[in-house]
This record gives sequence, C-alpha cells and structure tokens, in this order.
Amino acid sequence: MAATATVKTDQTIKPSKFRSTLREMRKQWTAYLYIAPWFVLFFVFTLFSVAFSFYLSFHEWNIVQPAKPFVGLENYIDLFKDKKFYGALWNTILFTGFGVPLGMIGGLLIALLLNTKVRAQGFFRTMYYIPVITPLVVSSVIWKWVYQGDYGLLNYYLLQLGLINEKLLWLSDPNLAMPALIIMGMWMGIGGVMVMYLAGLQSIPEELYDAAKVDGATGFQSLRHVTVPLLAPTTFFILITSVIGSFQSFAHIYIMTGGGPLRRTTVIGYYLYEQGFRFFNMGYASAIAYILFAIIFIFTLIQFRYARGDVQY
Amino acid sequence: MASSALEKKTTGTGISTKLRYTGADAIGKFAVYVILITGVILFTAPWALMVSASFQPLGDMFNWPPTWWPENFTTKNYTEFINAAGLGVWFLNSALISMTVMFGQLFFNSLAAYAFAKRRFPGRDGLFTFMLGTLMIPGTVFLIPNYLILQHIPLFGGNNILGQGGHGWLDSLWGLTIPGIVSVWGIFFIRQYMKTIPDELLDAARIDGAADFLIYLLIVLPLSGPALAANAISTFTWVWNDFFWPLIVISSPKFRTVQLGLALFVVQHRTRWDVVMAGSVLATIPVLLVFLIFQRHFIRGIVLSGMKG
Repeated sequence: MAATATVKTDQTIKPSKFRSTLREMRKQWTAYLYIAPWFVLFFVFTLFSVAFSFYLSFHEWNIVQPAKPFVGLENYIDLFKDKKFYGALWNTILFTGFGVPLGMIGGLLIALLLNTKVRAQGFFRTMYYIPVITPLVVSSVIWKWVYQGDYGLLNYYLLQLGLINEKLLWLSDPNLAMPALIIMGMWMGIGGVMVMYLAGLQSIPEELYDAAKVDGATGFQSLRHVTVPLLAPTTFFILITSVIGSFQSFAHIYIMTGGGPLRRTTVIGYYLYEQGFRFFNMGYASAIAYILFAIIFIFTLIQFRYARGDVQY
Repeated sequence: MASSALEKKTTGTGISTKLRYTGADAIGKFAVYVILITGVILFTAPWALMVSASFQPLGDMFNWPPTWWPENFTTKNYTEFINAAGLGVWFLNSALISMTVMFGQLFFNSLAAYAFAKRRFPGRDGLFTFMLGTLMIPGTVFLIPNYLILQHIPLFGGNNILGQGGHGWLDSLWGLTIPGIVSVWGIFFIRQYMKTIPDELLDAARIDGAADFLIYLLIVLPLSGPALAANAISTFTWVWNDFFWPLIVISSPKFRTVQLGLALFVVQHRTRWDVVMAGSVLATIPVLLVFLIFQRHFIRGIVLSGMKG
C-alpha cells in the first residue's frame, strides 16, 4: 500500500494517511481511555490553568470586586516600577544564590564521604535524610526555637564556643534573618542532594578509579578528573531542580519570619502570596507568577546550553 | 596502556606502597568518621531538641544551658495539645486526603504509564513529550488560576451549572484531593520502569487471549512493584506534609489538615512552646514511620526519578 501511495501525488496520500490514523485510533481506543483521567485533569489544572493565568495577568482581577477590567500590560508595567517586587526578586536571588550552591557542596561532600565504603552507610544516610521528610511546618517550629534569641540553642553554643559575645536575634535582626533562613534551608535540603549524588557516584565504574590510580593520580586528582566530570549530569539535574524549588520557597518563610523584618525575607513566592491571597490582587499576582516563570525558563535554557556537551538526555 | 597498567601492578613496588597507604588510610578513615558523625550530630540536634522539649514542662524549656534529657518528664504537653486542638479531625482529614491521593495516583498514573509504555497509538509520543515539557512550568504559576478554577467547579459548594454563585471545591476536601490525583512525574517515572518489562511477556498473554486491561492488571502492575512503591511513598509524604495548598484552599476548621492546623495553632499560641513541640512530634510521626519502614523504596524512587532522562 505504501509503495502505491508514493507513486501518487501528495493530495491522495494525505487523506489515506488520515484515514489510516483514524482507523488506528479506533483500534487502540482503550489506550485513550487509559490516559483519559490524566488528560482531563491535565487539561483543566495545567493547560487551561496556564492560559487562564496569562489571561488574568492582563486584567485587574480582584476577587472581591465584581468588575474585572482588561488593563493590557498595566500589571507588568506596574511590576517594573514596583520597589517591593525588586526587593523580593533580590531576596530570592540572595536566598537561591547562597542556599543552592552551599547545599550542593554540602550534599556532595557528605555523599563523597559516605561513598568511601564507610560502615553503617544506611544509618548515616537516614540521619541526613530525616530533615527532608520532616514536614516544613514542623521544621519551621524547631528552627524558630533554635534561633530564639534568649533561650535558643544556637546562641548558647555559639557563646560557649566564643564565636559571638552577645546573644543574636537571628530572626528579628534585618541583617541576620536571611542568613538564618539559608542555614535552615541547607539543613532541609542537603539530604536530598546527598541521596542523588550518592546514586550518581555509585554509577561510576570502579575501573576508572583503578585506571587513574595506576596512572599515578592522587586522590584529589582522581576526584578532579574522574568523579567531578562524571557527576556532571547529576550536578546539572540537581542544580536545575534546586533552583526551581528555591525560587518558589514560601512555607517556612511564612511561618518563620512572615517576610520580615523590614521585608528582608520577602521572596517572590511570599510576595505572590501576599498580593494574591492577602490583597486579592489576582491579576497582579499572576503577572508576578509569569515573570517568575520567565526567569526560571531563561535560567533552565542557559543551563541546557551550557550542559549540552556533557549530558546525555 | 592496559599492558603497562598490568606491568605496574605486578612489579614489586606494589607491596611497599600498599604498606605506606594503610597508615594514611587509617587516619583518612578516622577523619571521615569524625566529619560524618559531627554532621549527624548537627543534623539531628534540632530534631532531638524537639522530641526532648515535648516531654518537658514549659519552665524547663527555658533552662540555660538547654536540657537535652528531660529532668521532669511529663506527657502533659501531649494531652494538652490533643485537648486544645482539633487534632482528631486534622489527622482524619490528612489521612483521608493522603490515602485517596496516594491510591488515586497509583491507579491513574500506572494506567496512563502503561498506555505510554506498552501501547502504540497515534499521538502517543507527541503527547508524552508535551506532557514532560509542562514540567518546566513552576508550580507557583498554577496557584492562582487553580484557586479560581476550584471556586468555579459547577454544581459543587452551592455553584450552579455554570460554576457561579458558590465556593465550588474551595473549602472542601475535594479541592485538596482531585487536582493531585494524577501526576506527570508519577506517570513519567512509572512509564520508565514499565519500559524495562519485556514485550514478549505481554505478547504471550495476548496470544492466550487475555484482555488488554487484564494484561495491565495481572502482568504489568505486579512487575512494576518498586516503581509503584516509590510513587506511593513520595505521594503520601508530599500530601501529608503539604502546607501551602491547604492554607489557601481551606477556611473551615473542620477541614484543616495536620500541617495547616499545626501552623495556625503555632500562630495562635506563640508562647506555648511546650504544647507546640508536642504537636510537632505528633504531626511528624506518620511520615517518619512511613519513611523508616519503606525508606529503601523511597530513596530508590528519588534516585530513579532524578537520574533517568
């Protein structure tokens, strides 16, 4: 059939192809049934949702006001003039720019140490991983107590070690609140990074290390020239997912600092919540969401560009 | 190069270097343990503090230095928390939505994954790629539109057929359950696993006349155990721990989940650290148990979902 079709003109091929596709679809109808539940929800809560959000961002959409006028680019223009938005963006960049690399280095370090065939690897892994599965609300409660100025654990031990000479108000000092959140973020995130690096490390064939050793490489050299390059795909994946996650942080900031003091911990996720669900400016909040989307998209694109050489996808 | 490697290995110098290495190795090994154990102490200290504080009277919590081992052991904080808060209702709500979403995902994810992995139908690869592409969209983008969509679900929560007039699925357990009942990550992850099941197995059953749904149910599903387990556990933990979505969807106390209830309790009782600590322990126990029991699957799930491109 295909052979005869090629002899004929394009116009006759198209309908027959179309018809055979239809026939195939009818034959495989159960497959469509299987993906139907996913597709319905995907259509409503993902596809329609994204389009709707875009639509919202061009409207002044306040949930308590009946009139929802089209305002064109006004939300975006306001956003570019909004000092609070720039503040939130800067805070997000600080939070991510310090938190993600520190977490990744910490996670890699622990994974490397665990990979040296230590005893009780499972025990260590579990212990480092527990903060990851601890509910965010609970972690926030614990760390609020750790950072507590007068009775907090951290101040006590820092004083004991002589690293500070007066009690610090971690969460209410405008200069300390962000570092405090970053440290807490490391505690919550290192376990996840470690598990993924551990998997990456265990997929590196032992022979490569043997070969490096035979060629006279020191431990550091084989780390530099064998381990690190071969972990590149893992690093790439962790970097992308961590940055995306970090850019959307909200819950622990909501509970720990409420965006304060002096808005120093108001990140984009928190600002969006504030605009959307406290002031009900849903149009404006949608514009924030789209800017966030654009930033993450550009970042991911750049990463893919950079990593194209050494990641096999 | 291989031959030169062999030569080096077989020449006599190997023994002396080996001896030299063992001394350095022992010190290195010791250092590794010191770092790892210090790390574990730092990582578990905040956690241990919570457990210990939950068994202490409020006054003892303000001891300086901090008391790690309760001197005046009490379970009063727990009884007080259980009495003060609507804990039973929170647990019931959390358990209900976590289990529903978990079983829903197991069924719907695996069904779609089976179609994507083992069936050939027009549009399959296009749909699949498109689906994966949407993973790039940050979840924050969906918050506001999905909130409004829930509000306008027709015929629920006082809404008419056009979705007007009521609150729809907002402030209901539907709103916490339905949007999460299938997941793209889950489908992707299970599909990758199902791909490794040999087609011959399915063909043999097909020749024997087994209906397609039975092939999915009786052959493919049982063989996908590890992927399903990983999906189930991560879903359960995610839903149990989620705070943001319940925060914006739920307004009535009777629909509060454990995390939402605990967070609001913390806000209201800022100074009652003793009771708050007890509540925190209780809110963690279910996920901790699930994690400790199934951690092998859990970690493998994270690893597989992360590593397979």
